[in-house]
Amino acid sequence: MTDEWAQMGDLWAGITEAFRLLVTLDRDLVEITLRSLQVTLTALVIGSAIALPLAALLAVRRFRFRRGVIAVLNALMGLPPVVVGLVVYVLLSRSGPFGVLGLLFTPTAMIIAQVIIIVPLIASIAHQSLRDLWSEYHDLLISMNVTQGQKMRTLLWDARRALLTASLAGFGRAIGEVGAIMIVGGNIDHATRVLTTAIALETGKGDFALALGLGIILIGLAITVNLAIHWLSRTEQEGRW
Amino acid sequence: MNLFPLTVRRAETSRRGKVLVGPIDLDLDGSGATVVMGPNGSGKTTLLRLLHGAARLTAGQITWACDEQYARTQQGFVFQRPVMLRRTVLDNLMYPLRMRGVVRTQAQIQAEEWALRVGLEKMLGRVATNLSGGEQQKLALARAMITEPQVLFLDEPTAALDGRATREVEAVLRAARASGMHLILSTHDLGQAKRLADEVVFILHGRVLEQGNARAFFDAPQSIQARAFLRGDIVE
Repeated sequence: MTDEWAQMGDLWAGITEAFRLLVTLDRDLVEITLRSLQVTLTALVIGSAIALPLAALLAVRRFRFRRGVIAVLNALMGLPPVVVGLVVYVLLSRSGPFGVLGLLFTPTAMIIAQVIIIVPLIASIAHQSLRDLWSEYHDLLISMNVTQGQKMRTLLWDARRALLTASLAGFGRAIGEVGAIMIVGGNIDHATRVLTTAIALETGKGDFALALGLGIILIGLAITVNLAIHWLSRTEQEGRW
Repeated sequence: MNLFPLTVRRAETSRRGKVLVGPIDLDLDGSGATVVMGPNGSGKTTLLRLLHGAARLTAGQITWACDEQYARTQQGFVFQRPVMLRRTVLDNLMYPLRMRGVVRTQAQIQAEEWALRVGLEKMLGRVATNLSGGEQQKLALARAMITEPQVLFLDEPTAALDGRATREVEAVLRAARASGMHLILSTHDLGQAKRLADEVVFILHGRVLEQGNARAFFDAPQSIQARAFLRGDIVE
């Protein structure tokens, strides 16, 4: 009973702390939040720029091992972030092949890790939508004698709202990611600390209230970005896609 | 450059060892409307797709009077069930022009002109998939004709339409024929064939049984199967 009361107390303290941090616009919180957004949105833009054309290519182009590529892509959706972090760490470490670039423990390394994690996820979800649309458009676009590039652009444009969902799934995965970016970013204060790594740190220190407060802000941030993107692209407007 | 005459020699298409259509020999001189007739499952759609290059030729030859690449740019295809791009009516009409590099303003002028021709001028801003079946088919027709192809393939274009929509679509087709566009149309609607055909190709089990002048075909069909089909009998 006492434990349960203590947990309820932590939760309440977390909500209070989150409220306090937000109302006072705590400088550290703002810095961490902006870094979280910067890293995740950059990774999302780069990841989408890679994943969406790849998904379109897999939908319209028939080539050897295509099914194999799709199967691998689907399997990579469940890629363990810690393993991705480890591989990126090895590649970027001083003795690694890209060590000379000096990217380890920088936001760039975190972006690289996030891109690797979200590309298969976005590409797989996008491929499902584009494959369905391609089966609908196939005969028409063939009859119009359009080029392969035009087919891909047509699919990407006409399925843009479904693709937005794919990208948002990538955003959700990236903003909540902790394992990989902890390894390659190092959770350095004022340099690579983001919301998730800060939560992990505060939990480790036993400051559950602050950790919970940051968690609530993280959830709020994810919901706000999702709603903002949906609102900006008017996905729910009648007669649109 | 003229596409016609179109020469088809021993053309065949098969899937998994089964011949779907062929071998077919056909000569089309490109005047008026050619109606491909035959009962359901006779291979009309496959023949049209074969001539258009949308189905793979597994044997024989299909030869246009010009080079193949140019011939592909001079063809349009209208499907039985219209395929609408998930865009507005205006964007659907502009699409083939934009894909050919026509600038947006010019494409829009042409699109508006074609919308007027098919009676869709008040629907330019509407989403194409929200149109009725008849409106969608008229849009599909205008979209296929906007690049002014020399030949237009139509696969049972009015099969799913009511009488009024059929009349409107046929009026557009007559205007296209009058403008010099060659129509190659498949149908099992005898009335429509009589209204539109200058030439008839009668097909059964993937083979051409008769080809000739429409009036001669309807007055005195040569094959037993064509006579039975025109009588309204079940032809197998």
